[in-house]
Amino acid sequence: MSENKNLAHHFDSYEQQVRAEKLGMWLFLATEILMFGGLFVAYVIYSGEYPAIFKAGAQFLDWKKGAINTVVLLVSSWTMAMSIYYAQKDQIRKCKIMLISTLSCGFLFMVIKYIEYSHKFHEGIFPGGFFSYSGEGFVEGLPLYFSFYYLMTGLHASHVLIGMSLIAWALVRTYKKQIGSHHYMPLEYVGLFWHLVDLIWIYLFPLLYLVE
Amino acid sequence: MEKNYLNWKKGLLSWLLTRDHKRIGLLYMITVFSFFFVGGVFALLLRLELFKVGETIMNSAFYNQIMTYHGAVMIFMVIIPGIPAFLGNFVLPLQIGAKDVAFPKINLLSWYCLIVGAGVTLLSLFLGGVDTGWTFYTPYSIETNTAVIPVVLGVFIMGFSSILTGLNFIVTIHRLRCPGMTFFRMPLFVWSLYSTAIIQVLATPVLAITLLLLVGERILDIGIFNSEKGGDPILFQHFFWFYSHPAVYIMILPAMGVISELISAFSRQKIFGYKAVVFASLGIAGVSFFVWGHHMFVSGQSEWAGIVFSFLTMLVGVPTAVKIFNWVATLFKGSLKFDTPFLYALGFLFLFLIGGVTGIMLAVLPFDVHVHDTYFVVAHFHYVMVGGTIMGIMGGFYYWFPKMFGRLYNELLGQVSFVFIFIGFNVTFFPQFILGMSGMPRRYADYISPYEPLNQVSTVGSWLIASGFVVAFFALIWAMFKGKKSSANPWGAKTLEWQTSSPPPHENFLKRPVVSKDAYE
Repeated sequence: MSENKNLAHHFDSYEQQVRAEKLGMWLFLATEILMFGGLFVAYVIYSGEYPAIFKAGAQFLDWKKGAINTVVLLVSSWTMAMSIYYAQKDQIRKCKIMLISTLSCGFLFMVIKYIEYSHKFHEGIFPGGFFSYSGEGFVEGLPLYFSFYYLMTGLHASHVLIGMSLIAWALVRTYKKQIGSHHYMPLEYVGLFWHLVDLIWIYLFPLLYLVE
Repeated sequence: MEKNYLNWKKGLLSWLLTRDHKRIGLLYMITVFSFFFVGGVFALLLRLELFKVGETIMNSAFYNQIMTYHGAVMIFMVIIPGIPAFLGNFVLPLQIGAKDVAFPKINLLSWYCLIVGAGVTLLSLFLGGVDTGWTFYTPYSIETNTAVIPVVLGVFIMGFSSILTGLNFIVTIHRLRCPGMTFFRMPLFVWSLYSTAIIQVLATPVLAITLLLLVGERILDIGIFNSEKGGDPILFQHFFWFYSHPAVYIMILPAMGVISELISAFSRQKIFGYKAVVFASLGIAGVSFFVWGHHMFVSGQSEWAGIVFSFLTMLVGVPTAVKIFNWVATLFKGSLKFDTPFLYALGFLFLFLIGGVTGIMLAVLPFDVHVHDTYFVVAHFHYVMVGGTIMGIMGGFYYWFPKMFGRLYNELLGQVSFVFIFIGFNVTFFPQFILGMSGMPRRYADYISPYEPLNQVSTVGSWLIASGFVVAFFALIWAMFKGKKSSANPWGAKTLEWQTSSPPPHENFLKRPVVSKDAYE
């Protein structure tokens, strides 16, 4: 492995490079958590201040769709992990199937999110100042809840899209035979990112959908 | 001619697409000094307007904009990238015996983030400008009809630059040290960059989400910072200062690192209490996350929060004082050489001490309530930011100049420009302490006539500073191309970067360095 073409010129060994990349990736995940952390802190402050609004808001969300999306993302995390396992074993065909499944799960998640959003838009439930719903279940201050809903799920959905692009990139590299037991690190890093996206949703789902 | 990093490839593209940390460092050098010029011109205009009571050269609306841009440019485009991204990029891998930073492509990307972000920010100048001050406080930043969005998005993009640089440095320091370079053999500049990088990585994302929320306020009217909609404008201040106070240490910690190098090199002494300085750096980085509330003593946070933040803020004085005492102890019985970099180091000690002690004064709650939002605060943070960081940048630049370009600058011109800058700085900002104590509020375009004499002194001082920088600029440009050739180690310094030739070859060292002793032995 000494003549590995995946080794950048400024590292002494492939192992050193992998250790550097892993640390970099984890630091990057830390920045993501801190960025979402700001939103979570704001959520905690306002839901503590206006529990009634947040409870009323959650009634508008369909917990079944949220639950389906949670399952979809959990399955996708498993397929992602399996794709790495198969890459390590050089079972490239299975690796590709797992990556395609992950990508499909991401796609399914976005479709369900799209249905949820368009249903809300149809009723005039827009973020913040564009909020125009006043029918059943409306309470004073409800727009604030939906500001949080759209910001948190929107920022998360943008991460799902970024994650899907990364998975697509990894899939292309797999087709080009650049991924295998000799070099599966790109899958690891994409996987780490994808698990984070999954993890954030696991917190978003109860906070937004299951408030009682 | 000998091959080095400057001439191993030619053409503009070889610079714009370079992945060599030394070349990227020089790209940052050009960027940072260009923006320093822009921010400096804004500062001179502000001082000129304040020369006399009444409208002098601009109306108050324009003054507000110039003040905002002076702050935003100097903070986000000069002081934050100044030492880490410019000097740090160039020096860090050399000092730990690495060939490059861990992620050279990301390093280049972070420079482009700065350029694009700065471009978007300055674009707002042509879209009606912005007049919120660099802190973008709500509710005004939501209500004003000036171009807040491009400025905020620009700062958001520049944040990526800062995060990526910090991330790169942490990984580089952990994974790319040469054989024998243990953590406690690293030069103190590396330690200060490490502490800085921790703050960059952990604090900047919070600024990112804050700015996104502000954009959300302006486009979607989301209401999180808007009390009319049930939101809270004070929350913006909490979020903003949760980043921006640690960011103050992004600005000062690397300057302290530079000063450690200069003090050791020009007194020909080992740093006194090396480990104490290391832990002081880490300590400052740690405490920095818990002091943000001292910006909000009069903003309506609870008294108890005020008292706790007041105490925590004073705590910063402890590791800072440890550093000052250690530097002075290092000088004791050293054989001092008063070259330009060392003059800047002494300038730092003098000015930063004033900036630091007035900082402790401001941490005292009742005193802060008295002078809050007066020129006392303006004078304080200029003593820290200019007296600290700019002294650090200039001192470090003179110090590593021979390494960067393989040439020596003119010592006499260096010293002359230092004298102008140092005296000019004190003439400009010391009167502002007195003005603040006697109640002159900051940010206003005008003042009442009793404040006029000292304001005139201050404005004259700004001209002295400008003259000093003009001399420095031309002397350094001349030296870059025509200066006398430098040896590998013109200062007789001990750290690794002086072991390789000046300028260094493409991959820094012809032979992999192996370290067997402490940084300053």
